[in-house]
Amino acid sequence: MSYIEYDMVIGLEIHCELATKSKIFCSCPTTFGAQENENVCPVCLGLPGTLPVLNRSVVDYAVRVGLALNCEISNYSKMDRKNYFYPDLPKAYQISQYEKPICENGYLDIELEDGSTKRIGITRIHIEEDAGKLTHAYKSTFIDNNRCGVPLIEIVTEPDMRSAYEAEAFARKVRSIIQATGSSDCRMQEGSIRFDVNLSIMPKGSEVFGTRTEMKNLNSFRSLVRAVGYESRRQEDVLLDGGEVIQETRRWDDSKGMSVSMRSKEDAHDYRYFPDPDLVPIVLTDEYIAHMRDTLPELPDAKLRRYTEKLKLSAFESRQLTSESEITEFFEEAIRHADAKSVANFIIVDIFALLKTDEEDFSNLKITPLQLAELINLVRDSVISISASKKVLSEMYRTGEDAKTVVDKLGLMQVSDASAIETIVRKVISDNPKSVEDYKGGKTQAMGYLVGQVMRASKGKANPKIVNELVNRVLNE
Amino acid sequence: MQPYEMTANQLKQAIKTRELSCVDVVNSFIDRICGADKHINAYLTTCFEAAMNNAKMHDDITVKGEDMNNYLAGIPYSLKDNIITKDIKTTASSKILENFVPPYSAHVYENLTSSGAILLGKVDMDEFAMGSTCENSSFGTVKNPYDLSRVPGGSSGGSAAAVAAGMCAFSIGSDTGGSVRNPASYCNLTALKPTYGTVSRYGLIAYASSLDQIGPVCRDIEDVALVMNVISGKDERDSTSTASPHKDYTSYLTEDIKGMKIGIDMNLIETGLDKEVRRIYLETINKFKELGCEIVDLSFDMQKYAVPVYYLVACSEASSNLARFDGIRYGTRHTAPTVEETIRLSRTNGFGKEVKNRIMLGTYALSAGYYDKYYSQALKVRRLISEDYNNALSECDLYLCPTNPDPAYKIGEKNDDPMSLYLADIFTVTANLTGTPAASFPAGFTSDGLPVGMQLSAMSQREDLIIKAIYSFQKNTSYHTVRPEI
Repeated sequence: MSYIEYDMVIGLEIHCELATKSKIFCSCPTTFGAQENENVCPVCLGLPGTLPVLNRSVVDYAVRVGLALNCEISNYSKMDRKNYFYPDLPKAYQISQYEKPICENGYLDIELEDGSTKRIGITRIHIEEDAGKLTHAYKSTFIDNNRCGVPLIEIVTEPDMRSAYEAEAFARKVRSIIQATGSSDCRMQEGSIRFDVNLSIMPKGSEVFGTRTEMKNLNSFRSLVRAVGYESRRQEDVLLDGGEVIQETRRWDDSKGMSVSMRSKEDAHDYRYFPDPDLVPIVLTDEYIAHMRDTLPELPDAKLRRYTEKLKLSAFESRQLTSESEITEFFEEAIRHADAKSVANFIIVDIFALLKTDEEDFSNLKITPLQLAELINLVRDSVISISASKKVLSEMYRTGEDAKTVVDKLGLMQVSDASAIETIVRKVISDNPKSVEDYKGGKTQAMGYLVGQVMRASKGKANPKIVNELVNRVLNE
Repeated sequence: MQPYEMTANQLKQAIKTRELSCVDVVNSFIDRICGADKHINAYLTTCFEAAMNNAKMHDDITVKGEDMNNYLAGIPYSLKDNIITKDIKTTASSKILENFVPPYSAHVYENLTSSGAILLGKVDMDEFAMGSTCENSSFGTVKNPYDLSRVPGGSSGGSAAAVAAGMCAFSIGSDTGGSVRNPASYCNLTALKPTYGTVSRYGLIAYASSLDQIGPVCRDIEDVALVMNVISGKDERDSTSTASPHKDYTSYLTEDIKGMKIGIDMNLIETGLDKEVRRIYLETINKFKELGCEIVDLSFDMQKYAVPVYYLVACSEASSNLARFDGIRYGTRHTAPTVEETIRLSRTNGFGKEVKNRIMLGTYALSAGYYDKYYSQALKVRRLISEDYNNALSECDLYLCPTNPDPAYKIGEKNDDPMSLYLADIFTVTANLTGTPAASFPAGFTSDGLPVGMQLSAMSQREDLIIKAIYSFQKNTSYHTVRPEI
């Protein structure tokens, strides 16, 4: 049997909820976790006679993401209606952008496994409203309209990715950039960022794309990677069996680890897009766009450079610290009060290890940046030893208490009072005449034994540097 | 004179001087409705109890001399049933909204309520404002008060019939292709379709969003100006609403029209006009000449495209606007095994024939493969019509033409000829496509005693010119004071 190797071609559509306080066309709050149908009003319920009014912050946030992803920002864009019947869509159309999106022609450079970079094209970014949520239970369907009208951006890429690794790297980087702009918190578990994957395969070396399928509703990096793997293998199997890949929309079932067909091209909706006559065009001046560009927060790539060049962190440390906005923010806040290298070390080595053991997210960390800085400064000021600081940290991690409180509670305060230590030193020396004799007879290692005895007598709290000095002085009196 | 025979301005004066109390006024209108509406059939819902309570409240305020800025205090009015009223059934004359009691109120209703005007009820219309005879209502036929065998016009037919028959002092209608002007013309009333954006559409059940505009249906132009002061103004809830330059519409009630240039189209005289409408058009032209206006000949090359463009744009928007009425949220749900089938059945049963026609036409025009040929093309021609209109109007102040090519039709007369009804919109649709103001006013009667209205239209935001011209005309004629015998 002949074996054909295939290349895969991947394009992504990323939906991301924007961090506005209110919905895109009305003043209902966007808070997650409200009671069903609590965050609704006549406008987002699409009651007859109501009209949408565009939330200005949605435009600001979308423009920021567009600028961060190197897009051209349109001076003139407009909202269109996408018409289809579905019970989660109260108006029976979704207000979106079709013909003239707000951002176009961007790109993002990602780092590949071999350390080289690759440029992924971004076709467009448009703004639109989210639909409601359907729950099927008790042989009925229940509609929760809280999500109706929550603002979304949809980022559409060129079919530039060639592996699951590239797709994941791109998705992760887009997420960290969106977070850095402050446009969205991108919380995976709340579905505030979701991926659709367009995937086709072609014989290795070919330039002609195969027929693609679209997989919907992937809401974690893990499912993105799994779905790409599954779907590329499925298409390979179809082709190797002599079949043809059908252009269709498939739904990824994460629990079963497989995709299932939703509808074929023939059943595709005709959305009858047309300009929404209830809304006026979005006109953005060059001054506005320039202002948005000037006030854009520092993005992950620039941060990375600053961390390695100015803060002298390693490339590995810098990447770890810029991988998620929560980590970056924590780091930035902590280094306002403590040494950067130590903060980086504590986060990457100790905090990450604690979180990993508990399988917890960084966002659930109980320790505040200031608390970590205080802990580091206690070590710097020799109040506690390095080894004690690890014990303190894990207690802080567990309870959320301040470093000083934990140090007191566990009695880990280092004794640096020379007179108190001297008392112990003199007692140890008078109790160990043999060792003193050995030392004076030229056996210098006897001093190490005496220092150890002092440390034991102080229950490890004596400052070792001072102990060394004092033992040395008293022996040579 | 009975209160129900008075204009809004006359009532305002009588209430102000305490010649009449608000309770007297409201009582007179309620009695009139009870007597006359069984012949006319204009009201779908009445709210007499609330009206009486409001009247008493306003009388108390008047007695105490408190200034509540009650600009229209005690003046009874009606609303077309596509204007949303909190806690009062709002059906758009459609079976699919038969039991819809809205939880919020339209901008116009809020403004009128705070001005002290008193709502008597909701009046009939063509279903979802689609039609020009009021025969497309799901809830019976409204009769023309001048001839009960004839239609009142549409789609704001209930508004016009109610005002003409003295069953309210004024009514608020909506105008997408002539829907306040057409029935005003058939019922001897004055109605204004303001510049697009002048009156907020918040709470108007949409037919065609880019064409819909709310306007008053009144006995004379003085009442139109009075009501416009209350309902106009920018509303943050309607993105397409605009701040108009007009601070006080009543300030244009002057006979200052000497030298005003009025454009006419002599080609119209030759083609398609009813003989009597033609006579009245010529008489109106002469009257304006007498009043010192200069008559200028105009021609609109693009006018012939106005009706097809109007129906493409209006139906396309309607197909989307009306999609939310799916039987799941509104109307009677006709349950079937699948969601699609439930929606299909509910809509088939809930919508009337004309509404279904227009939804299908609009769906077709927006479909993949047809969009460029129909909808997109219609938008292009719409822009050309606007340019053409603005060019023509740059040579004069106002454009005068008949509101309708014929007087009111017999009920049922056009049942088998919908195309001729569509074509009869020829004079009114242009103002909607261009977003410019236009008003219909009483200009004479046929030998059978049927009213005939003429239309004056202007450039965007020039309601002042229209009001001045109609005011001068009404000061020098008495057509608008004629009332039907009921």
